Amino acid sequence: MSDSNPQSGSPDKEPASEAQAAQNALGNTERAGTTTVPKAPEPQPKPSLGRLFLDNLWAANTFTVTLLSLVLAVVVGAVLMIISDPDVLHTYSYITARPSDAFSASWTLVSEAYANLFKGSIFDPEAFSGWVNGSNGWQAVLAPISETLTYAAPLVFTGLAVALAFRGGLFNIGAQGQATIGVILAALAGFLLPLPPGLHLLVAVLAGALGGALWGFIPGILKARAGAHEVINTIMLNYVATYFLTWLIVQNGVQDPKRTDAISKAVDTSAQLPRLLGDNLRVHAGILLAVLATWAVAWLLNRSTLGFELRAVGANPDAARTAGISVTRTYILIMVFSGILAGLGGSNMVLGSTASALTPLVVAQIGFDGILVALLGRVKPWGVLLAALLFGALQAGGNRMQSYSGISLELVTVLQALIVIFIAAPALVKAIFQLRAARAARLQTSLAKGW
Amino acid sequence: MSTMAVPDVAVAQVDAGFWTRTRKVGLTLLALGLLSAVLFGALATDQQARFTLSDDAAGAALEINGTIGAILFGIIAIAAGAALLAGVPKRWFLPVLGVGLVGFVLSFLCWQVSAAPTGQNFMPLVNIIRGTFILALPLIFGALAGVLCERSGVVNVAIEGQLLMGAFSGALFGSISGNVWVGLVAAAIGGAFISLLLAVFAIRYLVDQVVMGIVLNLLAVGVTGFLYERLMQTDAEKYNSAPRFSNWEIPLLKDIPVLGPALFRGNIFLYVGLLLVLVIHIGLFRTRWGLRTRSVGEHPIAADTLGVKVLRVRYRNVLLAGVVAGIGGASYTLALYSFTKNMIGGKGFIALAALIFGRWNPTGALLAALFFGFADQLATYLSAINSSIPSQFLAMLPYLATILAVAGLVGRVRAPAADGKPYIKG
Repeated sequence: MSDSNPQSGSPDKEPASEAQAAQNALGNTERAGTTTVPKAPEPQPKPSLGRLFLDNLWAANTFTVTLLSLVLAVVVGAVLMIISDPDVLHTYSYITARPSDAFSASWTLVSEAYANLFKGSIFDPEAFSGWVNGSNGWQAVLAPISETLTYAAPLVFTGLAVALAFRGGLFNIGAQGQATIGVILAALAGFLLPLPPGLHLLVAVLAGALGGALWGFIPGILKARAGAHEVINTIMLNYVATYFLTWLIVQNGVQDPKRTDAISKAVDTSAQLPRLLGDNLRVHAGILLAVLATWAVAWLLNRSTLGFELRAVGANPDAARTAGISVTRTYILIMVFSGILAGLGGSNMVLGSTASALTPLVVAQIGFDGILVALLGRVKPWGVLLAALLFGALQAGGNRMQSYSGISLELVTVLQALIVIFIAAPALVKAIFQLRAARAARLQTSLAKGW
Repeated sequence: MSTMAVPDVAVAQVDAGFWTRTRKVGLTLLALGLLSAVLFGALATDQQARFTLSDDAAGAALEINGTIGAILFGIIAIAAGAALLAGVPKRWFLPVLGVGLVGFVLSFLCWQVSAAPTGQNFMPLVNIIRGTFILALPLIFGALAGVLCERSGVVNVAIEGQLLMGAFSGALFGSISGNVWVGLVAAAIGGAFISLLLAVFAIRYLVDQVVMGIVLNLLAVGVTGFLYERLMQTDAEKYNSAPRFSNWEIPLLKDIPVLGPALFRGNIFLYVGLLLVLVIHIGLFRTRWGLRTRSVGEHPIAADTLGVKVLRVRYRNVLLAGVVAGIGGASYTLALYSFTKNMIGGKGFIALAALIFGRWNPTGALLAALFFGFADQLATYLSAINSSIPSQFLAMLPYLATILAVAGLVGRVRAPAADGKPYIKG
């Protein structure tokens, strides 16, 4: 069925190292031959290291394409800002008479917005000089980073959840629902169980993982036993989970007795993840767990038997079965592990500092953002971590951009979507910037195989 | 399903032995019937359950004693289940199943209506039918967009984004121009814009179509939300006060009892939607265009061999899908509400469910959309009569039904064979 289609299949049909080795074996002459086709095939002098570096800098490799995708997204974002600002747009009506007006107005608008994005997520020079003067404490200097890490932590988990499933050839769109069930169980364990500190936190975190595992198991077993497509089922289960959450919040024993709106009791302090940098900064131990989870997933994928089976099934289920791997069992395990990760992401939302009680929007968009994070991270664990940090930074900076520059937080959603669109179509980026063909051109992010 | 390539996983459930699919469905229906006859019958009260043929409590009504009704309709469901269990000819399967399910629903309604607070023991049928169709409207347009796309082999998860973009550009340009028709055209173009992105990236750049759909949904939410806050919130008078289509009454049809006042005295988009179902159904199964579309969706190589321009057919169908979904989005902003952020709120995904539940078939999609619309309307009605059934569980119904359908419990659904697979000529 898919013979005719060389694009289908998992992104990692061949391990990176093999591809690289093959490339090295082909040697530089082969590469030179491909890049300078019009020239005669006379032996070329070996290029210097600097030349190689420059060549690769403008070649369509992963790093360059990612960077240029960011640039493209930022440019489109700037255009959106300009066309949606009536004052600035007005200056364009007389651009032929005084072009400087239009350019300076646009520049001011866009540069201020992006400066605030940076100040809100990474480093704010004013806070730093304030600290040197003594007008504010050191916390203010670290506040942007703290916010970035706080937003990044749950995204690492959901991103890993989606990436893990991708590697096994499954498209888990259900991270949102798995995180929702995870957040429910984590919160219930957090305010219903009277346990000592430490143990309580552990139980709450595990309850979140259990919830996610349960919600991942359902599409997993339906896929394995009935052949039901996981994309459809996970989309549907997302909504089932959301409705269940909105129903549960207002039940007796769950709803905050002092409130009439849809909010649950607060999680006990004994079940909350400890804050890392004092009470004024929101960054909490969730980010450490996230790094740990990244390491664990990397180990699972690359070093364990299960990881090997998972990648084998993802690359070619028929071959995997022929080799004696149980595809059904692997599918179920993939979805359960994926669900566990998403559930952990969900428990981060209620046990960390983002919220301490269930509300209908408590999980925000972490499941859907996780899909983008996984794609941006090229479905590799450490890549996912970096991608989640970028998305966390955009989120944190977006908050400041909204309050200081009045640019809606929705712009961040646009930027995130655009980045991933450009990443997913490296051929487009290549064409726009006239990049050279890369050496190891494994940029295709084609993943699923249709319904 | 792609898993067809993996036989051991996608166990094709062959009708083997005594427990054929028909018998399993029959057993399930029998159990549901028993549940309704016993449980609903016990919970129903002795008050009359009135199904009025109007918008309110007044006028003629179908009446039945609550307890008797619940038990009676439950027995009908049991009978249908028993018939399936005993074995009926294959062509009787769907009608019998339908009768059984309707019996179950009516039994449920008898219980609910009779157990409502005194004075509210009525269900206004005109109101319910109208609400069902209005709530199903975006689903119908969305599912048709899905049919157009997926029958030609391009997975359309971006229905949500197409509806949203249609609603937004309809509202924006309708407001600026002050003309509904300009708004409608703008809505169609807005939907087609998202489609264009989907087509170019899926067909030209071979990006995974599900991934692209998800990302495009987010992009649509972001762009419309951003422009909403920047333009519409700051100057709603100028940017978010689109004119609305006035109600059109269809002569003759509007005088049909119950259905006339429910369907044919209002929303122009409803007529367009129903007409589109008919047109697309005939087009798909009776015309040259439809044959080519289906062949491209099932076996592009064969179609190409016979001289069909595979990629052109796909581009055209995906763009058409965007136009249809865009008009569906306009059914919100040019007839009912003014634009709000993320106003489609997941309807695009229910439309996707309707498409799958309706087996990639326009008429099936219509029926599925109506079923989902009815579940939605029922949830509203039940919360109005203070029902003991939480509305959230009724809201889950479309999604659960789809899961059951996809898992093969209510009959196997099968996507077009080449759905989601990019075609590379060569």
